[in-house]
Amino acid sequence: MARTDVQLMLDVKAGDEASFELLLHRYRTPLVNFLYRMVRNREQAEDLAQEVFLRVYRAREDYVPSAKFTTWLFRIATNLALNSVRDTRYQKLEVSIDAPITTDAEDGDERTLDVPEKHPNIEQHLVEDSRRKMIRHAIDKLPEKQRAAVLLHKYQELDYAEIAKILSCSESALKSLLFRAYEALRVELAPLVAQQVKNQG
Amino acid sequence: MSCERMESRILGYVDGRLKESERLEVEKHLSTCAPCRVRAEEFRAVSGLLDELPVIEPSPEFDTRVRALVAPEPVKQSWWAWLHVSPRVAFAASFLLLAAVWIGVYRQPQQPLPWNNPQVADEQMMEDLPVLEDHDVISNFEPLKDLPAPVQQADEDQNTQQSM
Repeated sequence: MARTDVQLMLDVKAGDEASFELLLHRYRTPLVNFLYRMVRNREQAEDLAQEVFLRVYRAREDYVPSAKFTTWLFRIATNLALNSVRDTRYQKLEVSIDAPITTDAEDGDERTLDVPEKHPNIEQHLVEDSRRKMIRHAIDKLPEKQRAAVLLHKYQELDYAEIAKILSCSESALKSLLFRAYEALRVELAPLVAQQVKNQG
Repeated sequence: MSCERMESRILGYVDGRLKESERLEVEKHLSTCAPCRVRAEEFRAVSGLLDELPVIEPSPEFDTRVRALVAPEPVKQSWWAWLHVSPRVAFAASFLLLAAVWIGVYRQPQQPLPWNNPQVADEQMMEDLPVLEDHDVISNFEPLKDLPAPVQQADEDQNTQQSM
């Protein structure tokens, strides 16, 4: 039977390096994806994910399984991501005085994974690409905390109590945060939403 | 249920995270409130759109970089950590400790104090009786009573008579 995250972390605490490898293998993809959707830069997301694992390793001796491992892990990741987003925004503000940013360089990160050969119909490929771009932009436009809440709720499938702990807020505040985020998304993505509702119906 | 209360439940309803009783309550409201029904449909559509974003894989060098980051970290193990990784040593140490305690407590010769146990006290007295008898014989030894007074005492008496 597979060991739980907490068991693995306790083994890391006892000096078992192989358990750390298992945690790394288990959480590298979810962490990189979460951080990528938070900071919108693949290289930066990987750097931050590596920093998360380093912090987990450093804290191994003081680790006490008082909460779920994922709560602790994504709390570290969320704090790093929020700080990074705020720093980047500050830097962009400084740069924009001389050179306003007009291009979206990071959009290429996901596109490179979609090899055009997979889509014999190039028109279909462009439509899908355009949809994804709209969705990414809609998520990007959310305030950082709302964005983190949506990503943790939608992609990590964490429960409300866990996400509330990660974001240091009450469960009712989290529900309100998510409601506002989905309201903003449905307005921002109105044409796609209408199409989706039509397809669902 | 009011539309305001729906705010905290509508997403849970869309995601299927509500309890059965809450779900029934929400469905009851939706059957009578068109704006909330539209909102629920559109939230479900948003959720579907979010599913369209592809999952990215970390670069092949990711694990190597993490290992390189943690490698220089000092290995600081607590005093008890080696027991955790070596249960046999822990068992042996515990066994030795218990054996030492057992020998110390249960294998000591039992020497009850005589004044706590009347029977033992009597036995002790019987053992000591010859000593008491010897003492009694010496203290009442008749021939010793006939001995002359100590010499020093006699000299002192003579001195007092002369001075008179």
